[in-house]
Amino acid sequence: MTVSDTAPSPAAADAVLAAALLAIDPAGLGGILVHAGAGPVRDRWLDGVRHLMPADAPWRRMPVMITDDRLLGGLDLGATLNFGRTVAQPGLLADVDGGTLVIAMAERLAAATAARITAAIDTGVVAVERDGFALSQPARFGIIALDEAVSADEVPPAALADRLAFHLDLTALRLAQLPAFAVDHEELAAARAALPGVAIADDMIEALCATALALGISSLRAVLLAVQVARVHAAFEGRGAVAQGDAEAAGRLVFASRATQLPAAQDQPPPPAETPPPPDTETPPDADSPDQDLTDRPLDDVVLAAALAALPADLLATLRQGTQRRGQARTSGKAGMARLSRQRGRPVGATRGDPRAGARLSILDTLRAAAPWQTIRRRERAQQRGPAIEIRRDDFRIKRFKHRSETTTIFVVDASGSAALHRLAEAKGAIELLLADCYVRRDNVAMIAFRGTAAELLLPPTRSLVRAKRSLAGLPGGGGTPLAAAIDAATALANVVKRRDETPVVVFLTDGRANVGRDGTGGRARAEEEAFNAARQMRALAFNTLLVDTSPAPTPVAQKLAGELGARYIALPYADARGISRAIQLSQQGAA
Amino acid sequence: MALVFPFSAIVGQDEMKLALMIAAVDQSVGGVLVLGDRGTGKSTAVRALADLLPAMKASLDCRYNCDPASACEDCQKRKGRAAKSHMVPVPVVDLPLGATEDRVVGALDLERALAGGVKAFEPGLLARANRGFLYIDEVNLLEDHLVDLLIDVAASGENVVEREGLSVRHPARFVLVGSGNPEEGELRPQLLDRFGLSVEVRTPTDLKTRVDVVRRRDTFERDRAGFIETWRSEDEKLRRQIIAARKRLPDVAVTDAALERAAALCMKLGTDGLRGELTLIRAARALASLEGDMTVADAHLKRVAPPALRHRLRRNPLDDAGSSVRVERAIAELFGA
Repeated sequence: MTVSDTAPSPAAADAVLAAALLAIDPAGLGGILVHAGAGPVRDRWLDGVRHLMPADAPWRRMPVMITDDRLLGGLDLGATLNFGRTVAQPGLLADVDGGTLVIAMAERLAAATAARITAAIDTGVVAVERDGFALSQPARFGIIALDEAVSADEVPPAALADRLAFHLDLTALRLAQLPAFAVDHEELAAARAALPGVAIADDMIEALCATALALGISSLRAVLLAVQVARVHAAFEGRGAVAQGDAEAAGRLVFASRATQLPAAQDQPPPPAETPPPPDTETPPDADSPDQDLTDRPLDDVVLAAALAALPADLLATLRQGTQRRGQARTSGKAGMARLSRQRGRPVGATRGDPRAGARLSILDTLRAAAPWQTIRRRERAQQRGPAIEIRRDDFRIKRFKHRSETTTIFVVDASGSAALHRLAEAKGAIELLLADCYVRRDNVAMIAFRGTAAELLLPPTRSLVRAKRSLAGLPGGGGTPLAAAIDAATALANVVKRRDETPVVVFLTDGRANVGRDGTGGRARAEEEAFNAARQMRALAFNTLLVDTSPAPTPVAQKLAGELGARYIALPYADARGISRAIQLSQQGAA
Repeated sequence: MALVFPFSAIVGQDEMKLALMIAAVDQSVGGVLVLGDRGTGKSTAVRALADLLPAMKASLDCRYNCDPASACEDCQKRKGRAAKSHMVPVPVVDLPLGATEDRVVGALDLERALAGGVKAFEPGLLARANRGFLYIDEVNLLEDHLVDLLIDVAASGENVVEREGLSVRHPARFVLVGSGNPEEGELRPQLLDRFGLSVEVRTPTDLKTRVDVVRRRDTFERDRAGFIETWRSEDEKLRRQIIAARKRLPDVAVTDAALERAAALCMKLGTDGLRGELTLIRAARALASLEGDMTVADAHLKRVAPPALRHRLRRNPLDDAGSSVRVERAIAELFGA
């Protein structure tokens, strides 16, 4: 970076601007997704946002593993026992009405939890049908989702991200670059009051729509949010109608982070020559001179230029290569291999039992069990005064949980030249069969491909077979065999899977002929040594592994690799992909 | 409930709107499943449908909104009273994620049990949805045990509660409407089968449609009441169309030729069971009725075949040619270009 450490960067200025706009219309803009590690930069920014919000507005932090009774609400036990009648307790979503909800570790947020939150965002109310209550409470709030992901396979749920107007990335910012927040509550309140009167002309809406299309943003919600951002920006600037500058700001703030393609314009510089790995130099933004003769250009071009100028350099590079910057959200599943447990997992009902033996008391079911007896018990104790509700030991009900132990099968596919020549098509066929199996068992699948100089995560763990199929079909072959890099990538992914409490099964489809080392350079001997090294490291972690030899005839090198991996070895039988399928089933049974 | 976006103001998404209209004309078509991209107005359309439905006649004081013409057990027991009825809006009940089983099926009324030791049944969402619509947003994220329960009730049309010493059965006939994003997870085949029609929605990709969507939404957000007023007459037109179609429905003829066509199409596609054919015929009849035709013709079958059949094809999770394409292909072969 040539920029000095203390110069306020445009990204930092936008981070402050986004916060101010959110403070004007939290519910209308949805919120801010912030990609940043925990640290002073994020803390200072968060602190600034908090002070921008009205002093009396609620500010609540939500733990990522929140339970439904806290998120949505339910029975208030203390009050219920005290008064002898059912008393409802509002959940966090109702609590935060009119304020800001801070979601920590949003990248770990389960899709099911996200869906509960997005339902409240969409309707402005939280609908509760729980514990004998049917409530509908207002819940209009802004969200600050803190995304602390360090690797590309952890992303916040897309359904939530789609509804948040601003996606900021503070990872590259230094503390000194973050400008101070000028908090002027009166100014913000004035903007809030003026907002309903701010008009937006049709050509502005058209320009924003056209820009979104040009950048390959398909969600219409992004455009709706951009329209609202433009209006809030106009109100912030004290204008009664959306001006060009407001639309530009909206394009920059909302679209830049969501772009999936570059517009097919003629004034693009030609893409850099194919020199893998991509040069890590700074690519200047394409629209490096957006100020030139702005007046002559149609409005959509102006907005587009503003959005392009805000694209981070690395994003430009990846977009040009035609790949997404970060993987898509993983799916959250059902079924799988379920185990009943008394302590963890999803509650699936209650049973009579003793809550002291490490089990968790199901309060509501206990009350239900006790309820019909209250009249009799009251009569039994006659004159003596007692509690409003008398609960006896037989009434205790404990929660039963279903603990999901899912399997994630990681396919590591050799797409190098040697494999492509021989058996890539057959290997693909085998994987398709395996995918069908995974579908039946409702397993997750993930796919890593390696060719040329590096291994690439083609598909983060998902249950969507459509996507698995699609990524497999689009897999080209050719190039060197960076086996060590592939094993490293598989190990890393298997570790991620294991951390999620799922069981990884790793399936290598390769001929074992490593000829590219970890650093991307050739040399068979060293590459093989590195591959064996990586294999030994993987074996130490004791995952279930299977190596399918894809060479024309079984080779000693692949067998040796399987040995180092501690993997079951099978040679890919000709025209019998089903054989592999059986082999994997066997090794998965070994895992169970 | 806040003011909702008018049904007639939804831009495009014709298949989804048609499927919902068909379900409104003939509830026996079965539920509607709407799958598709984020932000395509799936839940907007379902919530808007509620405002479109004409009111229905229901027994007074009945917790299950039963039809006076075929009273439920509860109402029959209260003999001596003349069967009074009143007009009520057709219920469109939201089943929110995170709902607990006791609220879905109904359970012991805790309040009354605690206060007076009375064992009383507190009806749940299934009771409220009787004769109306039950809507589940993000249906593929619904808890498994609730899915099982829904499958059972949707098939039998009756909710049987045996818990906490209660033994209650009550009618629960409703049109199941689900929406979701297929990328979030797959739907259980048994639940899939409960939906009569399945619709795929896509984000529009042409500029003009997108501009229209955004402009209308923005106008709506700024002045909800005014926007609804603007579209009132359009909505009223659709409502009258539904009423007329319902009246016409019993008289719409299904010829043997149409039945054969439907059977041939299902055989060609290899759909399991007879439910596909039945839904296809019923949906085609409802469509004919909506359009004021007195006989079901090929044109009707062709239009409803994709939503009626695409989710019933023998599942091959790896077939790239989506089921929609397979249905279209079969239609083209059978009916000619």
